[in-house]
Amino acid sequence: MYSFDYERPSGINEAVSAIGEDDKFLAGGQTLLPTLKLRLAQADKLVDLGGIAELKGISVNDSEVTIGAMTRHVDVADSADVKSAIPALSFLASHIGDAQVRNRGTIGGSISNNDPAADYPAALLGLGATVHTNKRSISADDFFVDLFETALEEDELVTKVTFPIPEKAGYAKFPNPASRYALTGVFVAKTANGVRVAVTGAGTCVFRQTDMEAALSSNFAADAISGIKTESSGLSADIHASAEYRANLISVMAARAVKAAS
Amino acid sequence: MTTVSMTVNGKQVSADIAPNTLLVQFIRENLRLTGTHVGCDTSQCGACTVHVDGDSVKACTMLAVQAEGADVTTIEGLAQNGELHPMQAAFKENHGLQCGFCTPGMIMSAVDLVKRNPNPSEETIRTELEGNICRCTGYHNIVKSVKAAAENMGG
Ligand SMILES: Cc1cc2nc3c(=O)[nH]c(=O)nc-3n(C[C@H](O)[C@H](O)[C@H](O)COP(=O)(O)OP(=O)(O)OC[C@H]3O[C@@H](n4cnc5c(N)ncnc54)[C@H](O)[C@@H]3O)c2cc1C
Ligand code: FES
Ligand code: FES
Repeated sequence: MYSFDYERPSGINEAVSAIGEDDKFLAGGQTLLPTLKLRLAQADKLVDLGGIAELKGISVNDSEVTIGAMTRHVDVADSADVKSAIPALSFLASHIGDAQVRNRGTIGGSISNNDPAADYPAALLGLGATVHTNKRSISADDFFVDLFETALEEDELVTKVTFPIPEKAGYAKFPNPASRYALTGVFVAKTANGVRVAVTGAGTCVFRQTDMEAALSSNFAADAISGIKTESSGLSADIHASAEYRANLISVMAARAVKAAS
Repeated sequence: MTTVSMTVNGKQVSADIAPNTLLVQFIRENLRLTGTHVGCDTSQCGACTVHVDGDSVKACTMLAVQAEGADVTTIEGLAQNGELHPMQAAFKENHGLQCGFCTPGMIMSAVDLVKRNPNPSEETIRTELEGNICRCTGYHNIVKSVKAAAENMGG
């Protein structure tokens, strides 16, 4: 690693004022530290969010689940409140990476990084969640922009995410056997505002499969989407899977997600 | 340089280090506790697993300064009064290691997994150990060791 300075503020405002042009926020470090170690990234200073108590925690009311940016994957996976309000969300969190990664990695870090194969972006887009920052609120539809790119500005800090509680939701992923990231993952949700189907891992950025949304809106059952194919042009192709294979996985994972929905 | 203080295996330690010092470097190079291994540079192998405030973490993917004030346990901290921890004893008994390189990390992960799942099924053991890679054993005797230890630990 190149050398850097380190600061550990205890409040959101201090964190935002501490961040300069070539500095980075440090959350769970499960993406940032590996990239710094391999010298794929460099920072003048890391501003550690670990000391900011108000960024941590989960709260649930009748209509929403709110998760603080610094809440770890293990806390979402184990939360009895999340399990009863949106079981698919705790299921998703329990399948991120491995136990050690879940003990450090956070929701804020995952969505700010916007890895094309990350799990949480599918849940945010599938549930129509809202990302709250120190400056504004951004709908999931507007937040995830492109490969590793979000709507966040340089000095903008994710503070929490609110998820409207759906009638039912399900998530299914085909994990890359080496990394556990989603080779393709599909999150489906039947919400008050209609059915949403979000796909991660298959393209450069999480996206909605609108043909499946339309079919599931009239009949929320796996049979309703059995004939729906996704065009493979534009999907990712690499040593792990071709674009055609990923296109097929979208259908298979979507059907599994619908069957698992509760 | 910055000063970091934490408790490691019950002992208060403190040192002046560069902020980019990894927790695993601090443990191995400053404290000379070399039971915690480094098996990769991509955060995937789990050989470096230690407990920070009771949770298993990859010490190669955490800065030492992030452990300021924390309670850290390494493989050297498991045995008590010369008696192996039941997990260590079970690995020995069930031939849960060959070259031994992955073993400290396996054991630290396994202790945390049994704490979280006192009576784990074979499937739970295998999924909970996804963050630990072994190049020798084929995992079979590792799973057997963890199961035996969980039973001995009164699960
Ligand atoms: C072996 C391994 C396997 C993994 N498998 C998976 C997997 O299967 N699925 C998956 O989804 N992920 C996986 N991950 C990634 C993991 O989920 C990370 O925890 C996550 O991507 C990043 O979260 P973090 O808290 O560690 O963030 P960090 O690594 O600390 O930060 C990531 C980026 O986000 C920025 N950032 C962090 N917090 C904020 C904030 N609040 N506001 C603004 N910017 C912020 C940082 O500056 C940095 O650029 C894996 C990681 C590893 C090492
Ligand atoms: S040394 Fe391989 S995960 Fe830490
Ligand atoms: S015993 Fe050799 S790597 Fe596991």
